[in-house]
Amino acid sequence: MNRWRQLLASSAVTSFISSLMAIVVGLAAGFIVMLISNSSQAVRAFWVILSSGVADMRNIGQVLYFATPIIMTGLAVGFASRTGLFNIGASGQFTVGAFLAILVSIRSLALPGPLPWILGLSAATLGGALWGLIPGVLKAWRNVNEVIAGIMTNYIGMYLVNFLITRTVYDRLRNQTLRVPPRGTIPKMGFEHIFRVGNSVSSVNGGIVIAAVTAILLYILLEKTTFGYELKACGLNRDAARYAGINENRSIILSMMISGALAGLGGGLLYLAGAGKSLDVVDVLAPEGFNGIPVALLGMNSPLGIVLAGLFIAYLTVGGFNMQLFRFAPQVIEIITAVIIYFSAFALLFKNFLEGRLVPGRLLEREEEGEPTAERGGGS
Amino acid sequence: MSFLIEMCGITKSFPGVMANNDITLQLKQGEIHALLGENGAGKSTLMSILFGLYAPDKGVIKKNGQEIHLHGPGDATRYGIGMVHQHFKLVHNFTVLENITLGVESTRRGMLQMEEARERVLQLSRRYGLEVDPDALISNITVGMQQRVEILKMLYRDNEILIMDEPTAVLTPQEIEELMKIMQGLVEEGKSILFITHKLAEIKRIAHRCTVLRKGRHIATTEVATTTVEELSEMMVGRKVDLVPPKSEVELGEAVLQVHHLTVLNQVTQKAAVNNVSFTVRSGEIVCVAGIDGNGQSELVYALTGLLPAAAGSVYLDNREISNFSIRQRLLSGMAHIPEDRQRHGLVLDYSLAYNLILQSYFTPRFSRRGFLRLAPITVYAQELISRFDIRAGQGSGTMVRSMSGGNQQKAILAREIDGQPRLLLAVQPTRGLDVGAIEFIHRQLIEQRRQGAAILLVSLELDEVMNISDRILVIYEGELVADVEPLQVSYQELGLYMSGSKREVMV
Repeated sequence: MNRWRQLLASSAVTSFISSLMAIVVGLAAGFIVMLISNSSQAVRAFWVILSSGVADMRNIGQVLYFATPIIMTGLAVGFASRTGLFNIGASGQFTVGAFLAILVSIRSLALPGPLPWILGLSAATLGGALWGLIPGVLKAWRNVNEVIAGIMTNYIGMYLVNFLITRTVYDRLRNQTLRVPPRGTIPKMGFEHIFRVGNSVSSVNGGIVIAAVTAILLYILLEKTTFGYELKACGLNRDAARYAGINENRSIILSMMISGALAGLGGGLLYLAGAGKSLDVVDVLAPEGFNGIPVALLGMNSPLGIVLAGLFIAYLTVGGFNMQLFRFAPQVIEIITAVIIYFSAFALLFKNFLEGRLVPGRLLEREEEGEPTAERGGGS
Repeated sequence: MSFLIEMCGITKSFPGVMANNDITLQLKQGEIHALLGENGAGKSTLMSILFGLYAPDKGVIKKNGQEIHLHGPGDATRYGIGMVHQHFKLVHNFTVLENITLGVESTRRGMLQMEEARERVLQLSRRYGLEVDPDALISNITVGMQQRVEILKMLYRDNEILIMDEPTAVLTPQEIEELMKIMQGLVEEGKSILFITHKLAEIKRIAHRCTVLRKGRHIATTEVATTTVEELSEMMVGRKVDLVPPKSEVELGEAVLQVHHLTVLNQVTQKAAVNNVSFTVRSGEIVCVAGIDGNGQSELVYALTGLLPAAAGSVYLDNREISNFSIRQRLLSGMAHIPEDRQRHGLVLDYSLAYNLILQSYFTPRFSRRGFLRLAPITVYAQELISRFDIRAGQGSGTMVRSMSGGNQQKAILAREIDGQPRLLLAVQPTRGLDVGAIEFIHRQLIEQRRQGAAILLVSLELDEVMNISDRILVIYEGELVADVEPLQVSYQELGLYMSGSKREVMV
């Protein structure tokens, strides 16, 4: 019993359970909506949502494809959170990265071998880093809240990219960027032979590998290096970090740069995927950037958790496409994701609740120092 | 003999911890009963039970011989039990009167009837000798006055059993004196007081009886008049304790810290929080900055550690000017710092103990190689400090610091700071909130550093500490040094006068 309790109480396990609870609540909410709109088909359609992500090889491939960009933006948001910053500017960084990837790749098609897409992704990463640098510098030097600066750079980034597209790689007919020809896209790495059903090939490509490797590198950076130690110290307790002589401003700037680079690379990975997707000239902020926030929340800001969360959201997305066979509005899937996202914000609450239930000893030790008792004794 | 309040055989356990084990506490009508124990002895749990916050696993609470059941603070109030918390629960932008009546306002047809309340408050304050101005804002009155408001709050609610949680911790000597008089007055008027404290001298001074707890057990209940301070401390800690740490003579060395005409501005008001201060601390010397909280001590320390810029003046460490050094450069030049707020400035609570112990040295070759942390040496180092400084941590070096007790957190900071063999050690209220055993340990460590030739600047609000361990006392009042005296040449009263600004020495 005690060992069971201890296992449950370990923070990794409580994190996992609380994320799981968010997911269950989200799915239940989606199911209720489906019951209301068409109860006769609801069970079958719901089963499709749950199962179609692994129904055949092509679908599995699609899950990986959809997961790639949101894993990247999830990593961007999660990394910033670990260092005490809220990077809401991931959307702008993503867009800037996407545009630079397309531009550089198309302009360097004449170069040999894999250079076009490698240069494209490099440009995406640098552009994202630059776009993250702006709120970072403003925060470090002028103490401007990174959320406000992030929101503003989102809009600046979007409009600037829209403007630059019309001046550079513009497809006037479709009001979007030109298509990146296969030579300029990320190689499929043989995935096209695995993830297919008959002639129908999934869009998955080397991008998912890059995302996975990035997550591993990020994990190493955060957990094993002195740089990660500094960043996390700043994130957990800025005052103590300063007292220990850690250069807080440098940490803020570098952290925002890295976060921006991750989001920018995500943009590059999506638009150089070779799935025929082009960047539209529309006045809408890229949703992938915002989707990184719930992915990071659901993944509890840990690189591994974020990869899993990204895969999960992508899995639901694929299920949502297939559910439409039962004539449900595709928006149901958005409701489900929205509720999960909503409850993944509560994941922390669940976590505290679980820890409170399972580890009262922790509560006690603080009680004994006198403070919390006093707090609660308040109103008398 | 019947008791007003009787807690019999109280047992309360939390998983893995027996917080209260068969504790009996008997409070007589009209007595001041001290509750003494180290941190973690179970005082807070016991008082939480009496205040209705926890239900005991076993045992009964009786009032006047009748068993009572408390299901929350509301019940406690109904039975006349009130509590003054260590940190006051007052609304700062309300007046004294409004604070006292808050929650029990007298109303007529939904309208406040403040005149009635005012009458009663004035009456109470006359009767118990608690002078207050009912119309003053809380934010404008002194801490001592705020405490009176808290006491009046209890009286206004007709509480007859008053629990006071370390009421003297925040007061000046003069205010403590007044509080003692008030407590005596309350008892004469028939109230009964449960007085939680660490300070043995106060128990000796004012309490009639004393119940000592240790590790969740009831050790003794004694008549204070027939028990010596030494006996009390031995009961509390479980072994003999040196209340006045032994200090050997140390040859004074060269000047380590020199401060010349230092002025530091308050970041909000832009007024001088430290005003043209000059002093020197030499090797082998413990210099204490004494003063009432908020007279510029924090700003002085911030300026010395580099957290705040100095508006004017200069600071020298070992004859090297460090006024423009970064925090890290100062640390590397031999400055160590035990910060005032250990949880905010001293520790990353959600880092493990091992990570906290390397907070200032993680980048050195000992703990890192090519940018990677070297986990093995870090763990070994942590284990070494844990055993050398007797840091109690449940899961060894991997323990999250948040889960450690206050005393052990402070030991961890101390271990980290003095292990680097500092030239200058800035210790800001290093024993605040700690129990006798931990205080003794920390004092011994400070004195050991002095013996090894460090210069120590101690900022303290505790006069006992100031008198017992310092070699020289600087009194700070409103940002200026008003006295530079030796502990043997000054009395507590005199020090109190300097601290309150009533007296000043001409400083050169």
